[in-house]
Formats: sequence, structure tokens, C-alpha cells
Amino acid sequence: MPHFELSAFLMTVHNLYLFDRDGVCLHYSEWHRKKQAGIPKEEEYKLMYGMLFSIRSFVSKMSPVDMKDGFLAFQTSRYKLHYYETPTGVKVVMNTDLGVGPIRDVLHHIYSGLYVELVVKNPLCPLGQTVQSELFRSRLDAYIRSLPFFSARAG
Amino acid sequence: MAIFSVYVVNKAGGLIYQLDNYAPRAEAEKTFSYPLDLLLKLHDERVLVAFGQRDGIRVGHAVLSINGVDVNGKYTAEGKEVLEYLGNPANYPVSIRFGRPRLTSNEKLMLASMFHSLFAIGSQLSPELGSSGIEMLETDTFKLHCFQTLTGIKFVVLADPRQGGIDSLLRKIYEIYSDFALKNPFYSLEMPIRCELFDQNLKLALEVAEKAGTFGPGS
Repeated sequence: MPHFELSAFLMTVHNLYLFDRDGVCLHYSEWHRKKQAGIPKEEEYKLMYGMLFSIRSFVSKMSPVDMKDGFLAFQTSRYKLHYYETPTGVKVVMNTDLGVGPIRDVLHHIYSGLYVELVVKNPLCPLGQTVQSELFRSRLDAYIRSLPFFSARAG
Repeated sequence: MAIFSVYVVNKAGGLIYQLDNYAPRAEAEKTFSYPLDLLLKLHDERVLVAFGQRDGIRVGHAVLSINGVDVNGKYTAEGKEVLEYLGNPANYPVSIRFGRPRLTSNEKLMLASMFHSLFAIGSQLSPELGSSGIEMLETDTFKLHCFQTLTGIKFVVLADPRQGGIDSLLRKIYEIYSDFALKNPFYSLEMPIRCELFDQNLKLALEVAEKAGTFGPGS
């Protein structure tokens, strides 16, 4: 498998976006991010959502056969974007180092183990807007920091 | 293992070359009696299945042929509208072939320029400094590999997710482009590539890559 050649480098998680089906950014957090997009955060969320929306439609047209999961990930020379979408349209997007392999289970856990448990099932958390829950934030942060490919690289 | 198709996009996002190398056929033919138990809908000048997934016929599939005669978009070979023809009880029983709609050349142009923009946004949203655009895009049915040259031309290859050796194939295609398009005195820069030698050598390179990539390392 290809992913092992790169794993000698320090692997890391750059940032994480959580969108609902209408494109509202429910949550954003970053760990080792060296470069900002140079636009206000709200604009960045819109750009990210717009890009994912277009990639989804692009990929469904390009595919030679019928798709099941659809778009999974893309990588550039410096980072890899992992994408996971639930049937209800919640999208989990994580940017990591190139050395990280498929992490569908991790993204799925962020949705089912954290978002559903701590936000959807919490009557004090209104849906369809930015998550205010401090519990969700801290649990998510702790989960990401516990991942095997999260390195405590200073940044 | 297969390489599905190749796209060459110029620095302005225009498609200057496209080749469909291998298209897996996912088609289903079935004979129907009136009334049709599928809901068909007109979308983008094509008749698509909107509801009633069954027997290999999936939502989103297009009507490809009726009674063995190919359908052009929303018209039958005789020039009648497909929906009108299928709405008439006198035409039944009728045998319809369904399958994934094939891309028209217009759609390919559109998709190529769409990828050009996605490539640029991919580098703008990078959390790391000095990132390129999208080099590899992964889905469950195919992988898209892209190589951008220093002069801004993008070579895009769509291949099976397990196909290896695509990186060297992309460099090889660049070489073929330099040798047989750029060195052709009748080829004008940034314009569609219509060179026989380019075609021949590209097809050869794809064949070699398909054979070699089966055993090669993943890319």
C-alpha cells in the first residue's frame, strides 16, 4: 500500500470543518495550520462548502460507473482533505498531512460519537447554527489529539 | 484495472484534448408493457429515471435505446420525443435500454473548466504554505490524477482506484505532448490537439501503463 512510504514524516491534523446540509458551518477548529486563506472566516467556510459542493457534482458526472460513497479525499502537494458525508447531508471535512491513509471511521466517529451524542441529542443545542456547546468542543479536541496520526508538532 | 480517460486542459481552463480509453458498461435492457412502472423525467436534454429503481435500472440512468434503436438526447431516431413515444399505449410492449448517461462533448468542456477552478481553490484553501492544486482526487469508483506543468497545462487521468503507475504515465503523456503536439509545425499553442502521432502514441502509452500498473506500486 502506498501510505507507508510517507509515514516516516511527522503526521498531523491541520483543521476540521463540520457543515450541515444547508452549508452552514456548524463547527470549525484548527490545530497545526501554517497558512490562513487570507479571507474572513465566514468567506472561507463558504468557499470550502462551495468547493465541496462542486466536487460532488463533478465527481458524480465523471464517474464511469454508479457510485456508492462518492467523493472520499483529495490531495495536493502539501495536504490531504478527507471528506465524509452522512445520508442526512452533514459533512465532516478534515485536512491532514499527506501520510494519513483512509480515515472514514474517524470522521464517522466525529459524526456519530460526538456530533449526534453531544449536539443532536442535547435539547439546549439548536440545530442549523454554529455549535456553542463547550462539551462538544472539548471532547472533539481531546478526540483529535488522541488520534494516532496527530502529532504534537509545535505550530 | 483500467485507465478510464485522459483530459488535457490548457492554462485558461479550456479542454484541448480528451480521450475515452475504457468505459465499463453498466446497462440494463428490459421489456415493458403499458403503463410504464418507472417515472421518467427530462433533465439536461436527456430522459432520466427519476423513480422506480429495479433490475439494474438505477435512478439517474438515461434512456439509451428503444427497441434496439439508439436515442439521441430526448428524441428517438425517428425524431419523435421519447416521453411522448413512451406515453402512447399503442407503442407497447416496448424494450428499453437504460444506462449511465454518457458525457457529451459540451459537458466534457464544462467539467474540464470546472476542474480548473477546483484546482485553484484547492490550493487557496490549503492549511500549509506553498501548496499546489489538486494532484489526486479519490472516490470509491475511480481516482483522478492531475499533473500541472510549469507552463500551466494540466494533464488529467481518470483511472481505477487500484491502478498503479499513474504518476509516471502523466510524465509520459507530457513527453508525448511535447514531442508530437508542440513539435508539430501545424499545431498552434493552447488550441485543440489534432495530431495523429499524438493520438497513436498516447494510446500506446495507456496500453503499456495498464499492463505495467497491475503489478506496480500504488501511486
